[in-house]
Amino acid sequence: MKLLKLVPDDTNIKFLKVRWPFFIISVLLMIGSWGLVLTQGLNYGVDFAGGQEIRATFTQTEEAPIPELRETVSALPNVGDPVIQRFGAANEVSIRVKLPPEAESDPEYAAEMTRQITDALRDGHPDVRIDGVDSVSGKVSGEFREDAVLALLAAMLAVAIYIWIRFEWQFGAGALFALFHDVSITLGLFSLFQWEFSLQIIAAILAIIGYSLNDTIVVYDRIRENLKKYRKMHLPDLLNLSINETLARTVMTSLTLLVALLPLLFIGPESLFGLVIAITMGLFIGTYSSIYTAAPILIWLGVTSNSFVPEETEADKQERKARGQA
Amino acid sequence: MLDFPTWKKAWLWAITLIAALAALPSIFAASGYDWPQTLPDPEVNLGLDLAGGSHILLEAEPEQVAAQRLENMEESVRSLMANAEPRIRIGDVATNNGNLSFLLDDSSDLDRAREDLMPLVNGTGLIREWDLTVVDGQRVVLTPTQDGLETAVSQAMESATEVVRKRIDALGTREPTIIRQGDTRIVVQVPGLQDPDQLKDLLGQTAKLEFKLVDQNALPSNVAAGIAPPGSQIFPYVEDSPFAGTSLAVRRLGGIRGDNLTGASAGVSPQNNENVVNIQFDTQGGAKFAKLTTENVNRPFAIILDGEILSAPNINEPILGGGAQISGSFTAESANQLAISLRSGALPVDLTVIEERTVGPDLGADSIRKGLLALMIGSIAVIVLMIASYGRFGVYSTIALFFNVLMILGIMAVLNTTLTLPGIAGFVLTIGAAVDANVLINERIREERKRGRRVIAAVENGYKEASRAIYDANITNFIAGVLLFLFGSGPIRGFAVVLVVGLFTSVFTAVILTRMWVAGWLRKSRPNDLNI
Repeated sequence: MKLLKLVPDDTNIKFLKVRWPFFIISVLLMIGSWGLVLTQGLNYGVDFAGGQEIRATFTQTEEAPIPELRETVSALPNVGDPVIQRFGAANEVSIRVKLPPEAESDPEYAAEMTRQITDALRDGHPDVRIDGVDSVSGKVSGEFREDAVLALLAAMLAVAIYIWIRFEWQFGAGALFALFHDVSITLGLFSLFQWEFSLQIIAAILAIIGYSLNDTIVVYDRIRENLKKYRKMHLPDLLNLSINETLARTVMTSLTLLVALLPLLFIGPESLFGLVIAITMGLFIGTYSSIYTAAPILIWLGVTSNSFVPEETEADKQERKARGQA
Repeated sequence: MLDFPTWKKAWLWAITLIAALAALPSIFAASGYDWPQTLPDPEVNLGLDLAGGSHILLEAEPEQVAAQRLENMEESVRSLMANAEPRIRIGDVATNNGNLSFLLDDSSDLDRAREDLMPLVNGTGLIREWDLTVVDGQRVVLTPTQDGLETAVSQAMESATEVVRKRIDALGTREPTIIRQGDTRIVVQVPGLQDPDQLKDLLGQTAKLEFKLVDQNALPSNVAAGIAPPGSQIFPYVEDSPFAGTSLAVRRLGGIRGDNLTGASAGVSPQNNENVVNIQFDTQGGAKFAKLTTENVNRPFAIILDGEILSAPNINEPILGGGAQISGSFTAESANQLAISLRSGALPVDLTVIEERTVGPDLGADSIRKGLLALMIGSIAVIVLMIASYGRFGVYSTIALFFNVLMILGIMAVLNTTLTLPGIAGFVLTIGAAVDANVLINERIREERKRGRRVIAAVENGYKEASRAIYDANITNFIAGVLLFLFGSGPIRGFAVVLVVGLFTSVFTAVILTRMWVAGWLRKSRPNDLNI
């Protein structure tokens, strides 16, 4: 049986020849992402912003009447400025409202608000089905924000330290930068498209980090191996060689994951859509960053073969000299 | 590397099969079959986001516990001093800034007072509960210790959790999860519950029932203005009462609390067809109630629920039977709810809902069906791709992946963890890690063959060289997973649990199991060439 080979043997693509343009693009994208996040902000869901979210499906309707809903819900007392948007399929909506400070002390407030909105929905739309209600107080959402940031930072830092110990500090710094790059661009995309940013998306970002890290380490491992093997090789060439040698694996793994993710994306449950699209995007961002940010950074941070060659002891030196004279 | 003695093989198979078998009950349940009852049945719990149901996070104010504790202390001190032989006269009893202080009429009583107070101050446990200081030889100040307060809050939360459990059980919902979280929180999760309003109403009711004498000397104008006479307190009537909007002054001390009940039930009063709640005191409570009613015939007493007056009937005659009827403009439903709350005991603290999530069960079932279908199609695609690329090695990889999924489910079932939506992200990532491990190994073997190594050496080297990257990558993700579990909240933890379990099984199946199978095959058929 002839086996499938996705990548021909002995490729020699000069990935790192264009490292500068790509790196500049990466940095610009990161700056742009943070610019977006800081100016336009993220579309925080109730997990992080507090308030109430009601999800509903119009079971007999093709498309949810969003403009009409916006009008009816806005007209209700105390609702303020509701965010009403599609959620998954075209006939599914999520309605998000903020809760005023009074709600913190009045346990009935949130329940009353839910009743008001669901009654308004059912009124005139007998086919509406309430799929879920989330109500998060400002206190809890604040804690969620803190926990998420703390958990992410702690995990990234610990990972960098481990890589520093197993490899060299340059690798730790490179991996950390690549992770930062991936997280920044994901955040930027969420800000650009104003996709709802919820705790689930944090899980997706974690998966992206995990995948990107895996990829980075595979490339780094090959670089480490080649640094020991080819001590005299020019560093950009060596990185290029390492990336080419792992290229078959990179393509195969990415493709395998992609064929597993695509069905989830297209026929999987709507509730998983946000999560899966984030992981799918992460697959590409992570692969890219391993090659174009994690690797070239090693050149600029000055990795040398010496990092992985044991120090020459006094005895070794004597021996070498003796041999040299002989 | 390729040497697998029989004992090692036996161990590896045993671990694999036991973990994989533990997944069967969950798979049976998910596909709608019954698992035989005679067999052990560890099962993966589905999170509410997948299975539908309600999640409610309740929080208590620790200050409330402190205030209640101070009030109890005041009452204890008063009765201790009054019952001392001879009586110790005290005055100017004040509670402020969380301290209790009083003035001894006669400073020579100080030593006796101190001695009498010692049991209260030292408490019953291992820690001292109050600090006692004396100012100017005559004023005694009692300050709660930090340890004492913390213990009190912790005990209050423990009994609050118990009360919450009793109330939810009374609703008859299936398999509720009720756990304490942190110092002052309780998480309640009820699968399958569509409408959490009833549950929230029930949990929101503290059900602190008090009987206190009405202060008849209070000037109505002062009461209306909210000014209580010394030794009294002002309480408003409940909203549903005919007297709603007005208030009464009641004596602060000397009342009875509805803690010592043996029963409570909703009923209808034969006299006026009103909804009432009948309560039955235990012996101790009954005796106190008899004493209160005997000593105060023809005076009104207020029935106070959670700081609001239900009604203030006149005591027409002493009530000696230990039973009482509470009226208070109830509906049949609210009478029943109060009866449940009273039966399960009062909450030692008020609980507020600070987070609530409800997912309709339809959505849950639908999600699982679609998710499983998508996973199935994805798996088939992965299997085809792996076998097409690596032939026999691809077959081994696929079988390893299959065991990997079973083992993750099995271990999660045995650890009694919950699979949530974010957990599925973790699942996807670990499966990705397992696939990658196999790809790394197989590509490496291919590479070693290309460099001209002989079959055995190529396989051996392939596993050895690829393992380094695999271990590094998985340990790194493992570290991240552990930290996420430690620092993250709910959903992040759901992700981290699956990740940590999955990385173990991924390395185990993708590296160790496949190596065992490959080694067995090499030993048996001794191929001269590898089709990889």
